[in-house]
Amino acid sequence: MIRVVLPAHLKNLARVSGEVRIEVAGTVDGAGPVTQRRLLDSLELQYPMLLGTIRDRGSGERRPYVRFYGCAEDLSNASPDAALPDQVIAGTEPFIILGAMAGG
Amino acid sequence: MSGVRVLVGTRKGAFTLTSDGRRDDWTVDGPHFGGWEIYHIAGSPADPDRLYASASGGWFGQVIQRSDDGGKTWATGGNDFTYQGEIGEHLWYDGTPRPWEFKRIWHLEPSPDDPDTVYAGAEDAALYLSTDGGGKWRELTALRTHPTGPAWQPGAGGMCLHTIILDPMNKDRIYVAISAAGAFRSDDGGASWLPINKGLRSGEIPDQDSEVGHCVHHITQHPSRPDTLFMQKHWDVMRSDDAGANWREISGDLPSDFGFPIAVHAHEPDTIYVLPIKSDSEHYPPEGKLRVYRSRTGGDDWQPLTNGLPQSDCYVNVFRDAMAVDKLDPCGIYFGTTGGQVYHSADSGDSWAPIVRDLPAVLSVEVQALP
Repeated sequence: MIRVVLPAHLKNLARVSGEVRIEVAGTVDGAGPVTQRRLLDSLELQYPMLLGTIRDRGSGERRPYVRFYGCAEDLSNASPDAALPDQVIAGTEPFIILGAMAGG
Repeated sequence: MSGVRVLVGTRKGAFTLTSDGRRDDWTVDGPHFGGWEIYHIAGSPADPDRLYASASGGWFGQVIQRSDDGGKTWATGGNDFTYQGEIGEHLWYDGTPRPWEFKRIWHLEPSPDDPDTVYAGAEDAALYLSTDGGGKWRELTALRTHPTGPAWQPGAGGMCLHTIILDPMNKDRIYVAISAAGAFRSDDGGASWLPINKGLRSGEIPDQDSEVGHCVHHITQHPSRPDTLFMQKHWDVMRSDDAGANWREISGDLPSDFGFPIAVHAHEPDTIYVLPIKSDSEHYPPEGKLRVYRSRTGGDDWQPLTNGLPQSDCYVNVFRDAMAVDKLDPCGIYFGTTGGQVYHSADSGDSWAPIVRDLPAVLSVEVQALP
Protein backbone atom coordinates (compact mmCIF):
# COMPACT_ATOMS: atom_id res chain seq x y z
CA MET A 1 0.00 0.00 0.00
CA ILE A 2 1.22 3.46 -0.87
CA ARG A 3 0.41 6.21 1.59
CA VAL A 4 -0.88 9.39 -0.03
CA VAL A 5 -1.32 12.72 1.74
CA LEU A 6 -3.93 14.93 0.09
CA PRO A 7 -4.28 18.71 0.50
CA ALA A 8 -7.21 19.88 2.61
CA HIS A 9 -9.51 20.76 -0.28
CA LEU A 10 -9.05 17.35 -1.87
CA LYS A 11 -9.55 15.59 1.47
CA ASN A 12 -12.88 17.37 1.67
CA LEU A 13 -13.80 16.30 -1.84
CA ALA A 14 -12.77 12.69 -1.15
CA ARG A 15 -14.42 12.78 2.29
CA VAL A 16 -11.32 11.53 4.07
CA SER A 17 -9.58 12.97 7.08
CA GLY A 18 -6.10 11.46 7.14
CA GLU A 19 -3.77 9.74 4.74
CA VAL A 20 -5.28 7.50 2.11
CA ARG A 21 -3.79 4.12 1.26
CA ILE A 22 -3.66 3.16 -2.37
CA GLU A 23 -2.91 -0.22 -3.81
CA VAL A 24 -1.22 0.15 -7.16
CA ALA A 25 -1.18 -2.73 -9.56
CA GLY A 26 2.44 -3.74 -9.80
CA THR A 27 3.17 -3.64 -6.11
CA VAL A 28 1.97 -7.23 -5.92
CA ASP A 29 1.99 -8.68 -9.40
CA GLY A 30 5.25 -7.35 -10.75
CA ALA A 31 3.55 -5.51 -13.64
CA GLY A 32 6.38 -3.01 -13.93
CA PRO A 33 7.65 -0.07 -11.96
CA VAL A 34 5.25 1.79 -9.74
CA THR A 35 5.15 5.22 -11.26
CA GLN A 36 3.51 8.54 -10.48
CA ARG A 37 1.09 7.97 -13.36
CA ARG A 38 0.03 4.54 -12.10
CA LEU A 39 -0.32 5.81 -8.55
CA LEU A 40 -2.54 8.69 -9.65
CA ASP A 41 -4.55 6.39 -11.92
CA SER A 42 -5.19 4.14 -8.91
CA LEU A 43 -5.95 7.09 -6.64
CA GLU A 44 -8.54 8.44 -9.11
CA LEU A 45 -10.03 4.97 -9.51
CA GLN A 46 -10.53 4.72 -5.76
CA TYR A 47 -11.65 8.36 -5.41
CA PRO A 48 -13.25 9.34 -8.73
CA MET A 49 -14.30 12.73 -7.36
CA LEU A 50 -10.61 13.69 -7.61
CA LEU A 51 -10.58 13.29 -11.40
CA GLY A 52 -9.45 16.54 -12.96
CA THR A 53 -8.34 18.13 -9.70
CA ILE A 54 -4.75 16.88 -9.71
CA ARG A 55 -4.26 16.34 -13.43
CA ASP A 56 -5.97 18.23 -16.26
CA ARG A 57 -8.90 16.21 -17.63
CA GLY A 58 -7.94 16.92 -21.21
CA SER A 59 -4.15 16.72 -21.28
CA GLY A 60 -3.52 14.44 -18.31
CA GLU A 61 -0.77 16.85 -17.23
CA ARG A 62 -0.21 17.83 -13.60
CA ARG A 63 -2.16 20.98 -12.87
CA PRO A 64 0.26 23.93 -12.69
CA TYR A 65 -0.32 24.73 -9.01
CA VAL A 66 -0.18 21.14 -7.76
CA ARG A 67 3.06 19.74 -6.36
CA PHE A 68 4.21 16.19 -5.57
CA TYR A 69 6.69 15.55 -2.76
CA GLY A 70 8.22 12.31 -1.50
CA CYS A 71 11.24 11.47 0.68
CA ALA A 72 11.92 15.20 1.08
CA GLU A 73 12.29 15.55 -2.68
CA ASP A 74 10.18 17.61 -5.08
CA LEU A 75 8.92 15.02 -7.54
CA SER A 76 6.63 17.43 -9.37
CA ASN A 77 8.70 17.64 -12.49
CA ALA A 78 9.86 14.04 -12.55
CA SER A 79 8.63 11.98 -15.46
CA PRO A 80 5.20 10.55 -14.65
CA ASP A 81 6.52 7.25 -15.94
CA ALA A 82 9.61 7.15 -13.73
CA ALA A 83 9.60 4.76 -10.78
CA LEU A 84 8.64 6.32 -7.48
CA PRO A 85 11.18 6.21 -4.63
CA ASP A 86 11.47 2.79 -2.99
CA GLN A 87 10.40 4.14 0.41
CA VAL A 88 7.21 5.57 -1.11
CA ILE A 89 6.47 2.27 -2.83
CA ALA A 90 7.16 0.42 0.42
CA GLY A 91 4.86 2.70 2.34
CA THR A 92 7.50 3.89 4.77
CA GLU A 93 7.29 7.42 3.33
CA PRO A 94 4.12 9.09 2.02
CA PHE A 95 3.53 10.54 -1.43
CA ILE A 96 2.48 14.08 -0.68
CA ILE A 97 0.16 16.02 -2.98
CA LEU A 98 -0.21 19.70 -2.14
CA GLY A 99 -1.22 23.02 -3.56
CA ALA A 100 1.67 25.28 -4.47
CA MET A 101 2.28 28.56 -2.70
CA ALA A 102 0.45 30.74 -5.21
CA GLY A 103 -1.27 33.58 -3.51
CA GLY A 104 -4.56 33.85 -1.67
CA MET B 1 -45.07 30.39 -0.81
CA SER B 2 -43.54 29.90 2.60
CA GLY B 3 -40.22 31.61 2.05
CA VAL B 4 -37.19 32.30 -0.03
CA ARG B 5 -33.66 30.95 -0.29
CA VAL B 6 -30.93 33.15 -1.73
CA LEU B 7 -28.01 31.27 -3.26
CA VAL B 8 -24.80 33.28 -3.09
CA GLY B 9 -21.57 32.36 -4.86
CA THR B 10 -18.43 34.13 -3.67
CA ARG B 11 -14.69 34.15 -4.27
CA LYS B 12 -14.21 31.85 -1.30
CA GLY B 13 -17.28 29.67 -1.01
CA ALA B 14 -21.07 29.48 -1.25
CA PHE B 15 -23.69 30.73 1.18
CA THR B 16 -27.42 30.24 1.48
CA LEU B 17 -29.62 32.93 3.00
CA THR B 18 -33.14 31.89 3.98
CA SER B 19 -36.18 33.73 5.24
CA ASP B 20 -39.92 33.35 5.43
CA GLY B 21 -42.14 35.26 3.03
CA ARG B 22 -41.86 38.51 4.96
CA ARG B 23 -38.15 38.59 4.14
CA ASP B 24 -37.13 40.56 7.18
CA ASP B 25 -35.37 37.92 9.27
CA TRP B 26 -32.58 35.93 7.63
CA THR B 27 -30.59 32.82 8.44
CA VAL B 28 -27.11 32.66 6.91
CA ASP B 29 -25.61 29.23 6.23
CA GLY B 30 -22.07 28.67 4.97
CA PRO B 31 -19.46 28.81 3.75
CA HIS B 32 -19.97 25.70 1.68
CA PHE B 33 -16.87 24.67 -0.29
CA GLY B 34 -14.77 27.20 1.59
CA GLY B 35 -11.81 28.37 -0.45
CA TRP B 36 -13.35 27.54 -3.83
CA GLU B 37 -14.54 30.21 -6.23
CA ILE B 38 -18.26 29.71 -6.70
CA TYR B 39 -19.03 31.35 -9.99
CA HIS B 40 -22.64 30.23 -9.87
CA ILE B 41 -25.08 28.27 -7.75
CA ALA B 42 -28.57 27.63 -9.08
CA GLY B 43 -31.68 25.73 -8.07
CA SER B 44 -34.00 23.65 -10.21
CA PRO B 45 -37.37 25.32 -10.85
CA ALA B 46 -38.88 21.82 -10.93
CA ASP B 47 -37.48 20.79 -7.55
CA PRO B 48 -36.22 23.57 -5.27
CA ASP B 49 -34.24 21.07 -3.22
CA ARG B 50 -32.05 20.29 -6.23
CA LEU B 51 -29.14 22.72 -6.38
CA TYR B 52 -26.11 22.85 -8.64
CA ALA B 53 -22.90 24.74 -7.88
CA SER B 54 -19.86 25.49 -9.99
CA ALA B 55 -16.73 25.44 -7.81
CA SER B 56 -13.38 26.23 -9.36
CA GLY B 57 -9.98 27.54 -8.49
CA GLY B 58 -6.44 27.98 -9.64
CA TRP B 59 -5.12 24.97 -7.78
CA PHE B 60 -7.57 22.16 -8.38
CA GLY B 61 -9.60 23.13 -11.44
CA GLN B 62 -13.31 22.70 -11.93
CA VAL B 63 -15.71 20.75 -9.73
CA ILE B 64 -19.49 20.51 -9.98
CA GLN B 65 -21.41 20.06 -6.74
CA ARG B 66 -25.01 18.92 -6.43
CA SER B 67 -27.43 18.95 -3.52
CA ASP B 68 -30.71 17.06 -3.28
CA ASP B 69 -31.79 18.60 0.02
CA GLY B 70 -31.68 22.32 -0.55
CA GLY B 71 -28.01 22.73 0.28
CA LYS B 72 -27.76 20.79 3.55
CA THR B 73 -25.56 18.13 1.97
CA TRP B 74 -23.65 18.03 -1.29
CA ALA B 75 -22.13 15.42 -3.62
CA THR B 76 -19.51 15.86 -6.30
CA GLY B 77 -20.78 15.63 -9.88
CA GLY B 78 -18.91 15.13 -13.11
CA ASN B 79 -16.29 17.57 -14.34
CA ASP B 80 -15.33 16.20 -17.73
CA PHE B 81 -15.85 19.28 -19.88
CA THR B 82 -13.69 18.06 -22.72
CA TYR B 83 -14.44 19.85 -25.96
CA GLN B 84 -15.92 17.45 -28.49
CA GLY B 85 -14.34 16.91 -31.90
CA GLU B 86 -11.92 19.33 -33.47
CA ILE B 87 -10.87 21.93 -30.91
CA GLY B 88 -10.46 24.83 -33.32
CA GLU B 89 -9.11 28.28 -32.62
CA HIS B 90 -10.44 31.67 -31.63
CA LEU B 91 -8.70 35.03 -31.48
CA TRP B 92 -6.51 35.89 -28.51
CA TYR B 93 -6.23 39.40 -27.08
CA ASP B 94 -3.37 40.22 -29.44
CA GLY B 95 -5.32 39.07 -32.47
CA THR B 96 -3.46 35.81 -32.96
CA PRO B 97 -5.27 32.45 -33.23
CA ARG B 98 -5.42 30.42 -30.02
CA PRO B 99 -6.89 26.96 -29.40
CA TRP B 100 -9.95 26.73 -27.22
CA GLU B 101 -8.92 25.84 -23.64
CA PHE B 102 -11.38 25.00 -20.89
CA LYS B 103 -10.99 27.12 -17.76
CA ARG B 104 -14.20 27.05 -15.73
CA ILE B 105 -17.97 26.94 -15.69
CA TRP B 106 -19.46 30.40 -15.30
CA HIS B 107 -23.17 29.65 -15.32
CA LEU B 108 -25.49 26.72 -14.64
CA GLU B 109 -29.06 26.82 -15.98
CA PRO B 110 -31.33 24.03 -14.71
CA SER B 111 -34.25 23.00 -16.90
CA PRO B 112 -37.61 24.46 -15.87
CA ASP B 113 -39.26 21.05 -15.79
CA ASP B 114 -36.65 18.34 -15.19
CA PRO B 115 -34.39 18.48 -12.12
CA ASP B 116 -31.82 16.20 -13.79
CA THR B 117 -31.40 18.38 -16.86
CA VAL B 118 -29.01 21.30 -16.55
CA TYR B 119 -26.99 23.40 -18.99
CA ALA B 120 -23.54 24.79 -18.25
CA GLY B 121 -21.76 27.74 -19.85
CA ALA B 122 -17.97 27.55 -20.02
CA GLU B 123 -14.89 29.67 -20.45
CA ASP B 124 -13.54 29.27 -23.16
CA ALA B 125 -17.02 29.66 -24.54
CA ALA B 126 -18.94 26.45 -24.97
CA LEU B 127 -22.33 25.10 -23.94
CA TYR B 128 -22.74 21.76 -22.17
CA LEU B 129 -25.79 19.71 -21.27
CA SER B 130 -26.28 17.10 -18.57
CA THR B 131 -29.42 14.98 -18.37
CA ASP B 132 -28.34 12.87 -15.41
CA GLY B 133 -28.18 15.47 -12.69
CA GLY B 134 -24.73 16.82 -13.43
CA GLY B 135 -22.90 13.51 -13.71
CA LYS B 136 -22.01 13.45 -17.38
CA TRP B 137 -21.75 16.47 -19.65
CA ARG B 138 -22.14 16.61 -23.40
CA GLU B 139 -21.01 19.62 -25.37
CA LEU B 140 -23.55 21.12 -27.79
CA THR B 141 -20.80 21.66 -30.31
CA ALA B 142 -22.68 23.71 -32.90
CA LEU B 143 -22.15 26.84 -30.85
CA ARG B 144 -18.35 26.65 -30.46
CA THR B 145 -17.96 25.50 -34.05
CA HIS B 146 -20.16 28.27 -35.44
CA PRO B 147 -18.55 29.76 -38.58
CA THR B 148 -17.91 33.00 -36.68
CA GLY B 149 -16.06 31.14 -33.87
CA PRO B 150 -12.55 31.81 -35.21
CA ALA B 151 -13.34 35.57 -34.92
CA TRP B 152 -14.47 35.42 -31.29
CA GLN B 153 -12.19 37.22 -28.87
CA PRO B 154 -12.19 37.22 -25.05
CA GLY B 155 -13.29 40.19 -23.00
CA ALA B 156 -11.19 41.31 -20.06
CA GLY B 157 -12.72 38.59 -17.88
CA GLY B 158 -12.06 35.81 -20.33
CA MET B 159 -14.07 34.35 -23.20
CA CYS B 160 -16.93 33.22 -21.05
CA LEU B 161 -20.38 31.94 -21.86
CA HIS B 162 -22.17 33.60 -18.96
CA THR B 163 -25.86 33.80 -19.88
CA ILE B 164 -28.19 30.93 -20.76
CA ILE B 165 -31.93 31.52 -21.20
CA LEU B 166 -34.24 28.57 -21.86
CA ASP B 167 -37.32 30.01 -23.54
CA PRO B 168 -40.35 29.15 -21.36
CA MET B 169 -42.77 28.98 -24.29
CA ASN B 170 -40.58 27.30 -26.90
CA LYS B 171 -38.69 24.23 -25.72
CA ASP B 172 -36.38 24.35 -28.70
CA ARG B 173 -35.29 27.96 -28.21
CA ILE B 174 -32.15 28.80 -26.24
CA TYR B 175 -30.37 32.13 -25.89
CA VAL B 176 -26.74 32.45 -24.81
CA ALA B 177 -24.37 35.36 -24.44
CA ILE B 178 -20.59 35.33 -24.65
CA SER B 179 -18.05 37.99 -23.76
CA ALA B 180 -16.95 39.31 -26.15
CA ALA B 181 -18.57 37.44 -29.01
CA GLY B 182 -22.14 38.58 -28.44
CA ALA B 183 -25.57 36.98 -28.22
CA PHE B 184 -26.74 33.87 -30.03
CA ARG B 185 -30.07 32.09 -30.41
CA SER B 186 -30.87 28.50 -31.21
CA ASP B 187 -34.33 27.47 -32.39
CA ASP B 188 -33.54 23.76 -32.51
CA GLY B 189 -32.34 22.88 -29.03
CA GLY B 190 -28.73 23.83 -29.67
CA ALA B 191 -28.22 22.03 -32.98
CA SER B 192 -27.59 25.33 -34.77
CA TRP B 193 -27.09 28.95 -33.73
CA LEU B 194 -27.79 32.40 -35.09
CA PRO B 195 -25.83 35.47 -33.96
CA ILE B 196 -28.39 38.04 -32.76
CA ASN B 197 -26.41 41.26 -32.47
CA LYS B 198 -28.04 43.55 -35.04
CA GLY B 199 -28.40 47.05 -33.67
CA LEU B 200 -25.69 46.73 -31.03
CA ARG B 201 -23.12 49.50 -31.19
CA SER B 202 -19.71 48.91 -29.62
CA GLY B 203 -17.01 51.53 -29.85
CA GLU B 204 -14.36 48.95 -29.02
CA ILE B 205 -14.69 47.24 -32.43
CA PRO B 206 -14.03 48.85 -35.80
CA ASP B 207 -17.13 47.61 -37.63
CA GLN B 208 -20.31 48.62 -35.82
CA ASP B 209 -22.34 46.23 -37.97
CA SER B 210 -20.14 43.28 -37.17
CA GLU B 211 -22.08 40.05 -36.72
CA VAL B 212 -20.00 39.18 -33.63
CA GLY B 213 -17.53 40.92 -31.34
CA HIS B 214 -19.94 42.75 -29.03
CA CYS B 215 -19.30 42.51 -25.31
CA VAL B 216 -22.69 41.49 -23.98
CA HIS B 217 -22.68 41.49 -20.18
CA HIS B 218 -26.07 40.00 -19.39
CA ILE B 219 -29.50 39.34 -20.89
CA THR B 220 -32.82 38.80 -19.15
CA GLN B 221 -36.35 37.97 -20.21
CA HIS B 222 -39.79 37.99 -18.63
CA PRO B 223 -41.46 34.59 -19.01
CA SER B 224 -44.80 36.08 -20.03
CA ARG B 225 -43.23 37.98 -22.95
CA PRO B 226 -40.44 35.72 -24.18
CA ASP B 227 -39.69 37.62 -27.41
CA THR B 228 -38.73 40.70 -25.41
CA LEU B 229 -35.14 40.66 -24.20
CA PHE B 230 -33.30 43.22 -22.11
CA MET B 231 -29.51 43.46 -22.34
CA GLN B 232 -26.81 45.17 -20.34
CA LYS B 233 -23.96 45.52 -22.77
CA HIS B 234 -20.41 46.64 -21.91
CA TRP B 235 -21.78 50.12 -22.58
CA ASP B 236 -25.48 50.60 -23.39
CA VAL B 237 -28.67 49.08 -22.08
CA MET B 238 -30.53 47.49 -24.98
CA ARG B 239 -33.93 45.98 -25.76
CA SER B 240 -35.24 43.61 -28.41
CA ASP B 241 -38.90 42.83 -29.06
CA ASP B 242 -38.32 40.26 -31.76
CA ALA B 243 -36.31 37.53 -30.02
CA GLY B 244 -33.02 39.28 -30.58
CA ALA B 245 -33.37 39.92 -34.31
CA ASN B 246 -33.05 43.67 -33.74
CA TRP B 247 -31.91 45.72 -30.75
CA ARG B 248 -32.49 49.34 -29.76
CA GLU B 249 -30.88 51.35 -27.02
CA ILE B 250 -32.95 52.16 -23.91
CA SER B 251 -30.20 53.72 -21.77
CA GLY B 252 -32.19 56.98 -21.66
CA ASP B 253 -31.33 59.13 -18.66
CA LEU B 254 -29.10 56.70 -16.78
CA PRO B 255 -26.05 58.37 -15.16
CA SER B 256 -23.89 55.72 -16.85
CA ASP B 257 -24.97 53.03 -19.26
CA PHE B 258 -22.02 50.80 -18.34
CA GLY B 259 -22.81 47.96 -15.97
CA PHE B 260 -23.06 44.22 -15.58
CA PRO B 261 -26.41 42.87 -14.29
CA ILE B 262 -29.92 43.49 -15.57
CA ALA B 263 -33.11 42.02 -14.13
CA VAL B 264 -36.82 42.14 -14.83
CA HIS B 265 -39.59 42.33 -12.22
CA ALA B 266 -41.33 38.99 -11.60
CA HIS B 267 -44.85 40.34 -12.21
CA GLU B 268 -44.36 43.44 -14.37
CA PRO B 269 -42.67 42.60 -17.68
CA ASP B 270 -41.88 46.26 -18.42
CA THR B 271 -40.23 46.94 -15.07
CA ILE B 272 -36.48 46.43 -15.30
CA TYR B 273 -33.50 47.03 -13.05
CA VAL B 274 -29.87 47.91 -13.76
CA LEU B 275 -26.97 49.01 -11.59
CA PRO B 276 -24.91 51.67 -13.35
CA ILE B 277 -21.14 51.51 -13.01
CA LYS B 278 -18.96 54.49 -13.83
CA SER B 279 -16.89 53.06 -16.68
CA ASP B 280 -15.09 50.04 -18.06
CA SER B 281 -11.94 50.96 -16.17
CA GLU B 282 -13.65 52.37 -13.07
CA HIS B 283 -15.71 49.46 -11.81
CA TYR B 284 -17.64 51.31 -9.12
CA PRO B 285 -20.84 53.35 -8.97
CA PRO B 286 -20.83 56.95 -10.26
CA GLU B 287 -20.20 59.50 -7.49
CA GLY B 288 -19.63 56.71 -4.95
CA LYS B 289 -23.41 56.29 -4.66
CA LEU B 290 -24.78 52.76 -4.84
CA ARG B 291 -27.96 53.18 -6.87
CA VAL B 292 -30.18 50.64 -8.52
CA TYR B 293 -32.08 52.19 -11.40
CA ARG B 294 -35.60 51.03 -12.20
CA SER B 295 -37.57 51.66 -15.35
CA ARG B 296 -41.30 50.98 -15.27
CA THR B 297 -41.62 51.71 -18.99
CA GLY B 298 -39.35 49.03 -20.40
CA GLY B 299 -36.41 51.42 -20.61
CA ASP B 300 -35.48 55.03 -21.48
CA ASP B 301 -37.02 56.54 -18.33
CA TRP B 302 -35.15 55.52 -15.20
CA GLN B 303 -35.63 56.19 -11.50
CA PRO B 304 -32.81 55.92 -8.97
CA LEU B 305 -33.53 53.64 -6.01
CA THR B 306 -31.43 54.71 -3.06
CA ASN B 307 -33.41 54.16 0.12
CA GLY B 308 -31.21 52.00 2.35
CA LEU B 309 -28.23 51.89 -0.01
CA PRO B 310 -24.97 53.73 0.76
CA GLN B 311 -24.97 57.15 -0.91
CA SER B 312 -21.40 58.16 -0.23
CA ASP B 313 -17.96 56.59 -0.45
CA CYS B 314 -19.20 53.37 -2.02
CA TYR B 315 -16.81 51.86 -4.55
CA VAL B 316 -17.95 48.27 -5.00
CA ASN B 317 -18.89 46.50 -8.21
CA VAL B 318 -21.82 44.19 -8.91
CA PHE B 319 -21.10 41.33 -11.30
CA ARG B 320 -23.35 40.17 -14.12
CA ASP B 321 -24.86 37.15 -12.36
CA ALA B 322 -25.17 38.88 -8.99
CA MET B 323 -28.70 40.29 -9.26
CA ALA B 324 -31.91 38.28 -8.99
CA VAL B 325 -35.63 38.65 -8.34
CA ASP B 326 -38.00 36.43 -6.39
CA LYS B 327 -41.55 35.54 -7.40
CA LEU B 328 -43.26 36.71 -4.23
CA ASP B 329 -45.72 39.59 -4.12
CA PRO B 330 -44.43 42.22 -3.75
CA CYS B 331 -41.47 41.17 -5.82
CA GLY B 332 -38.12 40.93 -4.03
CA ILE B 333 -34.89 42.18 -5.63
CA TYR B 334 -31.43 41.01 -4.53
CA PHE B 335 -27.87 41.85 -5.47
CA GLY B 336 -24.40 41.12 -4.13
CA THR B 337 -21.28 43.27 -4.32
CA THR B 338 -17.56 42.79 -4.61
CA GLY B 339 -17.42 44.21 -1.06
CA GLY B 340 -19.28 41.18 0.27
CA GLN B 341 -22.66 42.78 0.90
CA VAL B 342 -25.90 41.17 -0.21
CA TYR B 343 -28.69 43.75 -0.36
CA HIS B 344 -32.36 42.99 -0.77
CA SER B 345 -35.59 44.84 -1.30
CA ALA B 346 -38.92 43.25 -0.38
CA ASP B 347 -40.93 46.01 -2.09
CA SER B 348 -39.79 45.95 -5.73
CA GLY B 349 -36.85 48.25 -5.03
CA ASP B 350 -38.45 51.08 -3.07
CA SER B 351 -36.36 50.31 0.02
CA TRP B 352 -33.26 48.23 0.62
CA ALA B 353 -31.40 46.58 3.47
CA PRO B 354 -28.33 44.38 3.70
CA ILE B 355 -28.88 40.70 4.50
CA VAL B 356 -25.16 40.24 5.14
CA ARG B 357 -22.33 42.76 4.95
CA ASP B 358 -19.05 40.91 5.16
CA LEU B 359 -18.95 37.94 2.82
CA PRO B 360 -16.09 37.39 0.38
CA ALA B 361 -16.56 39.19 -2.93
CA VAL B 362 -19.89 38.10 -4.37
CA LEU B 363 -19.79 36.50 -7.80
CA SER B 364 -23.42 35.42 -8.20
CA VAL B 365 -26.83 35.69 -6.57
CA GLU B 366 -29.89 33.59 -7.33
CA VAL B 367 -33.12 33.31 -5.39
CA GLN B 368 -35.64 30.54 -5.01
CA ALA B 369 -39.22 30.83 -3.81
CA LEU B 370 -39.81 27.93 -1.46
CA PRO B 371 -43.19 26.15 -1.40
